[in-house]
Amino acid sequence: MSAQEVLDREFLEIRARILKIAASLDRIERSDSPPADPARMALIREGLELLLKDSPGRAKNVQLLFSLPYSPDWPAALGVPVGKKG
Amino acid sequence: MDYFDPHIHMVSRTTDDYATLARMGCVGMSEPAFWAGFDRGSAESFRDYFRQLTEFERSRAAAYGIAHYTWLCINAKEAENVSLSREVIAMIPEFLDRPNVLGIGEIGLNKNTKNESIVFLEHLELAAKFDELILIHTPHLHDKYPGTRMILDMLQGDSRLQPQRVLVDHVEEHTIGEVLDRGFWAGMTLYPVSKCTPARAADMVEQFGTERLCVNSAGDWGPSQPTAVPNFIFEMRRRGHSEATIRRVVYDNPLAFFSQCRRFHFQPRA
Repeated sequence: MSAQEVLDREFLEIRARILKIAASLDRIERSDSPPADPARMALIREGLELLLKDSPGRAKNVQLLFSLPYSPDWPAALGVPVGKKG
Repeated sequence: MDYFDPHIHMVSRTTDDYATLARMGCVGMSEPAFWAGFDRGSAESFRDYFRQLTEFERSRAAAYGIAHYTWLCINAKEAENVSLSREVIAMIPEFLDRPNVLGIGEIGLNKNTKNESIVFLEHLELAAKFDELILIHTPHLHDKYPGTRMILDMLQGDSRLQPQRVLVDHVEEHTIGEVLDRGFWAGMTLYPVSKCTPARAADMVEQFGTERLCVNSAGDWGPSQPTAVPNFIFEMRRRGHSEATIRRVVYDNPLAFFSQCRRFHFQPRA
């Protein structure tokens, strides 16, 4: 499929999803105190900014943004004997 | 199109679902042992559950022309209880010669804890000892990325385990590359909200190809659609993919993976 064909197919869906996010953010803003968790709100803001970057892999980058980090030292940190089997 | 659903929890579904799936082309499925929605109190509960998976569900599926296969384990959520887990793991060999058992699964991590890791390693020991296939559950949401990497570390720490005999399920955009690059099979789970949609699964097929890649519904007792695999087929067709490409993901690949199990027998439709 050409890029134009994909856009034709996806345009209304994208529009609907942007509206959904906009309405969700409005809903949070007009809600009573206490205010929403600033750390999670910052994550959402960062996620939206990722979408505007002109680079491939947006879905992967959003996934990583909402992920905890991985440490290769986890076996020692947890005290789990990993490796050297077999 | 005939298809397999390689990960679906039919104990949570109605008989009407079997009828619907049969009408939509489902000819085979595999059902991993998983969490019941509450923590079970004893190993005997698992004995009954394993009988349900190896006897009752098999016959319920057969009534609709669907071949039912299963995987046995204690799931990661209940693995926090290490002593119960060890009792269940010790019982699993009693069921390994049942004709619809494909191997050990779905094992993995949930919150990436020490106890979950210990029980996961003990499941791997069982799989290595009995030369069984392995089906992996990877964690949800923000735990998925580190948890998947931890699971891969443990799998690759045991040279008795061959990557081509392990299917790592619930991959998403940030985990699929590493799973496939390390030689494992990968499964994409189509869920309404979390995990993956049919469109994103089709995107990953376009980016990573069809080799060692499967899709499943993981239909269970939570919000899920047992008909999600036909939705994926429909999405692939809308994008103009060939029937051969689609068939490879939803039929040929699960069959190829399952065929590595010495007990596996499947009679395709004439």
